[in-house]
Amino acid sequence: MTAVFEPWNETRGAEIIAEHANQEGATLVILHALQEAFGYVPEAAIPMVAQALNLSRAEVHGVFTFYHDFRHKPAGRHVLKLCRAEACQAAGGDALAARAEAKLGVSLGNTTADDRVTLEPIYCLGLCATAPSAMLDGRLIGRLDQKRLDALIVEAQR
Amino acid sequence: MSLRLFVSRDAGAIAVGADDVALALEQAAAGRGIAVEIVRTGSRGMYWLEPLVEVATPQGRIAFGPVTEADVPSLLDALANNTPHLLRLGATDELPWLKRQTRLTFARCGVIDPRSLDDYRAHGGYKGLERALSLGSDAILNEVTASGLRGRGGAGFPTGIKWKTVTQAKADRKFIVCNADEGDSGTFADRMIIEGDPFLVIEGMTIAGITVGATKGYIYIRSEYPHAVEAMNAAIQAAKRGGYLGDKIGGSTHSFDLEVRVGAGAYVCGEETSLLESLEGRRGIVRAKPPLPAHHGLFGKPTVINNVLSFAAVPFILAEGAKAYADYGMGRSRGTMPIQLAGNIRQGGLFETAFGVTLAELVDDIGGGTFTGRPVRAVQVGGPLGAYFPRSLFDTPFDYEAFAARDGLIGHGGIVVFDDSVDMRRQARFAMEFCAVESCGKCTPCRIGSTRGVETIEKIINGERVSENLALVEDLCNTMKFGSLCALGGFTPYPVLSALKHFREDFAPVPTTLQAAE
Repeated sequence: MTAVFEPWNETRGAEIIAEHANQEGATLVILHALQEAFGYVPEAAIPMVAQALNLSRAEVHGVFTFYHDFRHKPAGRHVLKLCRAEACQAAGGDALAARAEAKLGVSLGNTTADDRVTLEPIYCLGLCATAPSAMLDGRLIGRLDQKRLDALIVEAQR
Repeated sequence: MSLRLFVSRDAGAIAVGADDVALALEQAAAGRGIAVEIVRTGSRGMYWLEPLVEVATPQGRIAFGPVTEADVPSLLDALANNTPHLLRLGATDELPWLKRQTRLTFARCGVIDPRSLDDYRAHGGYKGLERALSLGSDAILNEVTASGLRGRGGAGFPTGIKWKTVTQAKADRKFIVCNADEGDSGTFADRMIIEGDPFLVIEGMTIAGITVGATKGYIYIRSEYPHAVEAMNAAIQAAKRGGYLGDKIGGSTHSFDLEVRVGAGAYVCGEETSLLESLEGRRGIVRAKPPLPAHHGLFGKPTVINNVLSFAAVPFILAEGAKAYADYGMGRSRGTMPIQLAGNIRQGGLFETAFGVTLAELVDDIGGGTFTGRPVRAVQVGGPLGAYFPRSLFDTPFDYEAFAARDGLIGHGGIVVFDDSVDMRRQARFAMEFCAVESCGKCTPCRIGSTRGVETIEKIINGERVSENLALVEDLCNTMKFGSLCALGGFTPYPVLSALKHFREDFAPVPTTLQAAE
């Protein structure tokens, strides 16, 4: 299932920011909420967050860029994350990552030209006893092998 | 008749099809007119048997696994007619893998419904808090200190001393922070306990709150664990409804409230000061210590920050007494450790046992060796910052000091097994790469050292001036180890140097580049 996001809308963005702005240390909470709504954190939202929290734009931009999770543009229709940490490496994850890159024609961290699939590395889903593991649009997959990976890629390309 | 079935809702079980199996069971039972109640529990931690299906019988639970959707019809028939089934494993509690464990922290995990406060209480939950409320602050501190509990996140700092420092600090507000930013590969104990027995963590944090005089707590859970976030939020709501969070907890004069905060994919936020920065809404930049978080922590206030497993160990200590906990273990490592067996392993999962068990027992005996069937060549203990140990060190007992004496660390208790196809040069390079990507950038040895480390190991892999570059890597590791501000830069040398020391043959100069250059 593909996540459905709203198109960026300043009024809606302001609502989301206002909803969380009173919490202590709200910056990450707000950035998460914006990304959940719009699929990414639109650049136009950064000064709005800064104003709401009485911070400088640079500070909010700094937070936004520090964390791997936050996107500055929408991801592809499907996001396939492959765990690339040691437990999955030990269980054959390297070969699977190379296979996914070859099949999709993009390297980890990129989106296919048709915007269908974003392929990303993830550093540990905590499924290390059923490695290698992957996540397709929030769905977890353990004991990944070539066959399962190929099926995931077909599903993601649809 | 009605069947009471148990299927895990643990992320590790869902990843191998537990949801599908639960759904298939429900549908097949409806089709056959069999009444079933399916309880979604946490995981027992035997991941090679997941999806595990258990059925309640007058003699206790009987386990079946690993169950696939295709097995469901035959399994239901066998259950309904009480006939044999190929996947029948026997009474769950009698399974050797579980029976050999000492489950103090994980006693309820996989047994109860993690969404049900009543189930938690029916299985001994909140006894620790009850006793804590009757004891008062000083006596609780004595119990926690006497138990010998040390920080389970990896650093092993005595929990009682940390709590005492915060208790003695004077401030208008104090905080309890639970570090659930379990980023180490090969570890999943925090995830399991949050998904399988979240009230235990809440109880431990509440006890900490009444001990030190804090009324607000935060649980910082990594974004890679959406199921854990959901489980903890549900448990917090249930605890509030049940009067175990909020004002006048359990009818006492104490107030304590909890909030989940979600990380955003930064490994370094597992470092406590970086986590505090992140909670405050900033970049996860490590703070210099002192001041300690116990004096100057979240929002500048005295803060107890402990790992999930440390808080989760506390209710048992209060309920059963410090001695009951301290009776387990060896040397200065008291109690039990939830050890996680991961990577290329036949029987991977969570094994909670007293300190002192050796690596050989864990990997060969309990873990059953590799699932590829090839010989075990190396294990990495303690996550991306832990050392690689060869077979010759498999007599090392699981104990903070024993690992330190061999230039390793037990960290958060994860063991990642590698077979003989592993290339230790690549593992050494990965350790540096990971550090380079995840460095917060505050201190130079970590920020720049890791990148230089990647480049230099790359040269070694390419056969360029191998012995000179090996010496350079060792020197660089020395700088990182002693010059970095936190464990990220400071411990990245552990995997690198251990790979160099114990697997030197992988780094031997290869003359092929010279030949290839002809």
